[in-house]
Amino acid sequence: MLYRIKRGVLSLMLLVMALAITGISQAGPQWKENTNSNAATSGGQCVRETEWMRKNHMALLKHDRDITVHQGIRTVDGSLSECVACHVNTENGSHVPVNAMQGPDGAQFCAGCHAYTGVKLDCFQCHSPVPAE
Amino acid sequence: MNNREQTDQNRRDFLKKGAATAVATVAPGVLLHTVEAAPRDEAVSDKVRWGMMIDTSKCADGCDECVQACNEENGLTAYSMPEGADEATWDQQRPKWIRTVKVQDNLTGHVTNLPMMCQHCEHPPCQDVCPTGASFRRADGIVMVDRHTCIGCRYCMMACPYKARSFIHENVDIKPSLAPRGKGCVESCNFCVHRLDNGQTTTACQDACPEKAIIFGDLRDPNSEVSQALAKYPTVQIRADLKLNTGVRYSGV
Repeated sequence: MLYRIKRGVLSLMLLVMALAITGISQAGPQWKENTNSNAATSGGQCVRETEWMRKNHMALLKHDRDITVHQGIRTVDGSLSECVACHVNTENGSHVPVNAMQGPDGAQFCAGCHAYTGVKLDCFQCHSPVPAE
Repeated sequence: MNNREQTDQNRRDFLKKGAATAVATVAPGVLLHTVEAAPRDEAVSDKVRWGMMIDTSKCADGCDECVQACNEENGLTAYSMPEGADEATWDQQRPKWIRTVKVQDNLTGHVTNLPMMCQHCEHPPCQDVCPTGASFRRADGIVMVDRHTCIGCRYCMMACPYKARSFIHENVDIKPSLAPRGKGCVESCNFCVHRLDNGQTTTACQDACPEKAIIFGDLRDPNSEVSQALAKYPTVQIRADLKLNTGVRYSGV
């Protein structure tokens, strides 16, 4: 009996996880409709495949931030300032923060997906959400 | 040749080889700086130790050019008092990476002014007490805070004998692209690490000093300006009794 309950809980957890993962990867179409960015319109090339980035950008950023801070290497793929430089929008001649919920075509590049998936976005408490002038 | 002589000969050969490799490694480094100020693409190593010499006899009373330049470079002034806060307390807790200190010899009445910042110790007490490893010493001798792992406990501020660290109590107004910083972390002088990592070889305070009292450079390179100056003039470490082997040395104190 206990075994059966355990198995039930486990399968339920698996189902929830699977739903969460498909939720993120299916955020794609809506994300495209709700947000835009320099990168999406200029046809620029990201450091990884778009599909991969949607699921794993946080791991890349976390890995490379340690390399930059502790080893001083600045030429990393996961450079947040490069992400911002490419994915920021411009409105009336000034940049719109990538974590803003309002702007051209609604929520901006980072904000759109993070609001949709309900994941807190901590980067911009310290980092600049607009490129350096 | 007896044993003693043989050892000495070997030692001489070794030193000669050492000197030859030292020249070889310095040369590409020099080339790198002159050709292009490119961002760093390989890990920092202990072949370099950044350090500073400050000639306090050139420091004028009331001059705070280095402090201003530091504030400007690292965005320390983009920080405004919240409504209803006590002004005296706020002023006391304002982030300061460089403090101007006035020392008076009571017997002679001689006054010395000096800038006091993180001394970039070889054995930093702030690193010893940090519970998360956020306070660390980089291979090239720069002591800094990894704000990603800093939990704001402020043990390092208590441990530092130089009162060099500040805690950020409130949200910052502007997030500088080169030196990201924010509420809840401890911070201090990092020898303008963003400049060094992007190929520059000077710090903001050094550039701003009207008297050229601050000399910055590589302590391991005997030909660097700072090494030459340290060899030439008598200097002291502040609180040398703590045996921290500081990277910042003062003359005229």
